[in-house]
Amino acid sequence: MTDNKSGVLVVVEVEDSQPIDLGLEMLALARRLTGIMGGTVTAVAFGTGLETTGETLTAYGADQVLLNDNEIFTNFHAEAWLPDLSKIITEVEPALVLIGHSESGTDLAPRLAFRLDVDVATGCESIDIVNGRPHMTRSCFGGLAREVITFTKTPALATIRSKSQQALVPDMKRSAEIKHVSSILDVNAIRTRVVNRDREKAVGVQMESAKVVIGGGLGLGGPEGFKTLNEIAELVDGAVGASRAACDLDWCPRSYQIGLSGRTVAPELYIAVGISGASHHMAGCGNSKTIVSVNSDPKAEIFKSSRFGIVGNSQEIMPALAEEIRKLKA
Amino acid sequence: MKIVVCVKQIQNPEIPAAQFRIDEEAKVLIPVSGLSPVLSPFDEQAVEAALRIRDRAEEGADIEITIVTIAPKGARAAIKAALALGADNAVLLNEPTFDGGGGYVTARNLAETIRAIGDVDLILTGRQAADGDAGVVGLGIAEILDIPAITFARNVQTADGVVTVQRVLQDGIETVEADLPALVTISNELGKVRNASMRETMRAAKKPVKEWTPEDIGLDETQVGSSATRYELERLYIPVNEIECEFISGDTPAEIAATLAQHMREENLI
Repeated sequence: MTDNKSGVLVVVEVEDSQPIDLGLEMLALARRLTGIMGGTVTAVAFGTGLETTGETLTAYGADQVLLNDNEIFTNFHAEAWLPDLSKIITEVEPALVLIGHSESGTDLAPRLAFRLDVDVATGCESIDIVNGRPHMTRSCFGGLAREVITFTKTPALATIRSKSQQALVPDMKRSAEIKHVSSILDVNAIRTRVVNRDREKAVGVQMESAKVVIGGGLGLGGPEGFKTLNEIAELVDGAVGASRAACDLDWCPRSYQIGLSGRTVAPELYIAVGISGASHHMAGCGNSKTIVSVNSDPKAEIFKSSRFGIVGNSQEIMPALAEEIRKLKA
Repeated sequence: MKIVVCVKQIQNPEIPAAQFRIDEEAKVLIPVSGLSPVLSPFDEQAVEAALRIRDRAEEGADIEITIVTIAPKGARAAIKAALALGADNAVLLNEPTFDGGGGYVTARNLAETIRAIGDVDLILTGRQAADGDAGVVGLGIAEILDIPAITFARNVQTADGVVTVQRVLQDGIETVEADLPALVTISNELGKVRNASMRETMRAAKKPVKEWTPEDIGLDETQVGSSATRYELERLYIPVNEIECEFISGDTPAEIAATLAQHMREENLI
């Protein structure tokens, strides 16, 4: 590196005053990278009710925590985040900035990069340090390929895919400098106005943290198929997701979508039902520990990633599987 | 009202994985022979969003839809497709000097093109190109032009100098508005795209397509394409993660299901 920038700054999203898992996963990555290239790990969190956030982020690996506790940050709004975040990054001078590849992060990171006149690698799965420079590996071509890229300007920005990293075991004995920063935001400068927000109340187990996720696709044959998947999910304490095709047909809520433009899951077990395994779907579930799939097409791509496969009609197999699991659990 | 839609032409992303090839040495995609390039799907939906705005406009409203693209090697597939859907005209940046810029350069070149077109009210882009999957360029254009940007739209409406957008959230929808000029990125939830009619396809051949050089957008050759790029592609490859799949069979669904449940239990999966 030709400049004095060092260390890694992690932008941690906060939900209901708690850092989200992806933020903690990125702290583990930041620790590993600073272990190689030197520098410290700075965690930055915007939100409200951040009384215990500093301690949590310290335990998960931060050396320095900057908290911007302000009501204007209760809900994410890219334009509100940008002035403060730009200022913090300019002052901290990190070599690398990590942002979650989440709904908010994908909206925020490109704007931030252009505002800082640097570059961003979105949807990174891993980062390595080669000759002191971050080499960022990301999925492209709808999940069919991977590219490894580096930037000539610093800091490099990267958005990190959920579940691509593993959070550290929290160490309550770690200590860090926890600072509160005050916002420089001029609310009159915000040009986009949120006039209405309509979120579905999340029910059941959250997909991202579930040990078992069952995904349904076109092979389910209709919305009724999801009922059986929900039954099985309840039996195994899992969550239900879907392919884009199933969501596009309104067979299930849009929030079920797993894949490139949907959610990313990496459970212990992913059961793919009537899902062909198109690369844009695999981009959202390819990191699952074990995949089991049911598909009527023996040549379906999904079987190449599966530990167990069943070639058959999911409308017959799944009710039977629900029954068998119920017996096992009884 | 002037609407600019930024589009990209790519290899058809729906090809089977088995046909997808990379030249790892040259770090480039090997095009599937005989396959015509297509308009990137999210960009096609951005064109559709522009056409819907025009469909809804009052009789006699003057809405001009201009397509802007950076197309390597003189390729015109994306422009042809967008004009056949109903766009009015196009600006094409296809000198070899425009090739290989990456997100930063592409956003900058498109932003300067939009500035050169002048008085643009609304800019639409796909949420991301279906080859790079980056989702950087649209927001970059807005930052460079210093105008508001709203991402992941499933519905875009304009009235009285304001754009109103329904944004797709992971667990819902939000409605966001901004004064024009503004930029909106379009998501697949916008829904079905119209088919090009025979009539528009015939007309498309006669629609004006301007070919611009770096000079036309006020940049010199060091500010466009690979000579301006700030990233290095270290490696491009196809990941191999094939594992041996154990197929489970049986005479009845119940028997198959029982075997699978047993296997999953043995491996501590359930």
